[in-house]
Amino acid sequence: MFQYVASRLLWLIPTVLAMALVTFLVMHATPGSPLDPIAEGANPLSPEAQKVLAAHYGLDKPLWQQFGIFLAKAVRGDFGYSFVYKTRTVAEILRQTFPISLFLGSMALALAVVVGLTLGILAAVYQNRGWDYVSVSLATVGVAVPNFVLAVFLIILFSFVIPLFPTGGWDSPRNWVLPTITLALAPMGIIARFTRASMLEVIRADYTLTARAKGLSEMPVIFKHALKNALIPVVTLLGPLFAAVGTGSFFVESIFRVPGMGRYFVESMTGRDYPMIMAVVLSYGVFLAIMNLVVDLAYGALDPRIRY
Amino acid sequence: MALSTPASGTSLASPRPVAGAEADAAVRSSSLWRDAVHRLLRNRLAMAGGVVIVLLCVVAIFADVLAPRPYTKTNFGRLNEAPSRDYPLGTDQLGRDLFSRMIYGARVSMLVGLGAQIIVVLIGVPIGALSGYLGGRADLFLTRFIDVMYAFPRLLFVILVMSMLGAGLTNIFIAIGLTGWVGIARQTRAQVLALKGKEYVDAARGLGAGFGRLLGRHILPNALTPIVVAVTFGIPEAIFTEAALSFIGVGINPPTPSWGQMVGEGQQYIRSYWHLCVFPAIAIAVTMLAFTFFGDGVRDALDPKLK
Repeated sequence: MFQYVASRLLWLIPTVLAMALVTFLVMHATPGSPLDPIAEGANPLSPEAQKVLAAHYGLDKPLWQQFGIFLAKAVRGDFGYSFVYKTRTVAEILRQTFPISLFLGSMALALAVVVGLTLGILAAVYQNRGWDYVSVSLATVGVAVPNFVLAVFLIILFSFVIPLFPTGGWDSPRNWVLPTITLALAPMGIIARFTRASMLEVIRADYTLTARAKGLSEMPVIFKHALKNALIPVVTLLGPLFAAVGTGSFFVESIFRVPGMGRYFVESMTGRDYPMIMAVVLSYGVFLAIMNLVVDLAYGALDPRIRY
Repeated sequence: MALSTPASGTSLASPRPVAGAEADAAVRSSSLWRDAVHRLLRNRLAMAGGVVIVLLCVVAIFADVLAPRPYTKTNFGRLNEAPSRDYPLGTDQLGRDLFSRMIYGARVSMLVGLGAQIIVVLIGVPIGALSGYLGGRADLFLTRFIDVMYAFPRLLFVILVMSMLGAGLTNIFIAIGLTGWVGIARQTRAQVLALKGKEYVDAARGLGAGFGRLLGRHILPNALTPIVVAVTFGIPEAIFTEAALSFIGVGINPPTPSWGQMVGEGQQYIRSYWHLCVFPAIAIAVTMLAFTFFGDGVRDALDPKLK
C-alpha cells in the first residue's frame, strides 16, 4: 500500500513536468515575439534594441534555461503580467476569479451527485419502466448535448417563457440557479448512467438474492445491501467529473456572465493572453492530476477487494 | 439508404490497405458484421439516429443546391429579422440568411466529424498496433505518454493547440488529430496485446507469416470491433470540439458559418433576437443526439454482451 502511494506520488512529478513542457513549447512555438514591432509596417527594431529587449525578457538564454526559469516561477505561482489587463498579474486575476469558479463548480457537482444518484437508483429499481426511461433520457441528453446549447434552451425556457431566473450575472443567489443546473447536467448524466449499470449488476448478485431469501423487504435490500456496494465503482467517476465541470465552466461562465476563471480564460483566448492561457492550463492540469490520484487512493481505501 | 451508413462506417475504420484479397477468414468475419448490421437495423432509436445522420450528410454535400442564398450574402436593409416567408429562419447581425448559413454549417460539422476521425484512425491505429505488438521499451514509452496525455483534459489541450495554430478548418483537423489518436491507440494496443498470444497467431507465425501479414491480416481484423465503436463515438466528440472551439472564437474563421460560432455570437443577443442562437443550438443538439443514439446502437450491435 505504502509503496503504491509513493510510486503514484512520484509519477505525479514527471506528469506535471511533461504538462509544463508541453504548455511551454506550444506557447514558445506560437508566432510573434516581443522583438517584433507591434504595429504592422513599422520600422524594425535596431539590432541593439533587439538585444536589450531580449536580455530584458531573458530571450537570449538557451531554451532549456528559459524553461527552467518558467518552471521556477510557476512553482511560486508567478506567471507574470496579463497581456490583456496589463496592470494586473495573472496570479492576481486567478486569486480573484478561481474562488467563484470553485463555488459554482462545487454547487454543480453537489447537485449532479444528488440528482444523478437518485435517478440512477430509480432507473435500476424500476428497470424498463417509467422512471428508467425518464432518467436514461435525461442522462443521454445531459451527456450528449453540449452545455452551451443546453444553456440556450434553459435561458429561453426559464428566463423568457417562464420568467423565473435572470439570463446572467452573479449578484444574488437567483443568478446562481441556471448556471449551476447547466453545469450539473453533464456530470449528472454520467453519474446516473453509471449508477444504473452498477446497481443493476449488484441487484442481480448472489448476496442480494440471499438478502431477499432471508425475508428482508425491498427497502433494506436496496439501500443496505445493494447501494453500498453499487456506489464503490461510482467513486472512480469523480476524476472525469472534475474535468467535465472544469472545462464546462468555460462555456457556462461565458454565457451566464459569471466573473469566474473560465470566462477570463475564454477572453484570454481571443485576446491571445499567453501568460493567462499558460497559467490556467497548467494549474488546471495539475489540479486534475492530483484529484485523479486522490480518487484512485480513495477507491482503494473504500473497496476492500482492491489490494496493491 | 440508412443501410449504407454502417457499411461505410466500417470501411472507413478499416486499417487494412489490402482490401482486394479477401479469403477464408473474411467469410467468417463478414457474417459477424452481417449479424451486427441485423441487430443495428432492429434498433429503432439507432436507426432514427442513422436517418438523421444520412440527412445531415445529404444537406452537407448538396449545401450549394439547397441553400436559397450564398452564406456571405448580406442585406443591410434587413438586419436581425425574425423568421418570415423571405427568410425562413430570419437574418443575422449582417442581414445574412440564417437558413442558408445553417445549411452550410452542416457541411463544417460533418467535415470535421468524419475528417478528423480519419486522421485519428490513421495516426492512432498504427501506433497502438505497433506498440502492442512490439512491446519493450517503445511500448513502455508510449503507455507513459498516453498516461500523460490522459491527465491533460482533452478540450483544454485542443484549445491550447488552437491558440498556437490560430483559427481555421485545417487547424481544427490538426488539433483534433493531435489529441484524439491517444484513445484509439490505447484501444488498439490493448486488443493487439490480447490477440498476439493467441494460438492462431502462433500458428500463422509458424507457417512463416511475416510481421506485416501477422499484424495486418490476422490480428487487426479481429481487433476491429472496439476500434469501430471508438470511431462512432469519436465523430460526435469531434463535432462537439469544433462547435465548442468556434463558440469561444478559436474555431472556424468567419465568414464560414459554423453552428457553434452562431450560438456563441447569437447568445449575446438572446434577449432581443432569440432566433440567432436557438436554431443553431437545436441543430447541434439534434446532431449530437443522432450520433449518440447511432453510436450506442453500433456498440450494442457489435458486442451484445456490453449493454
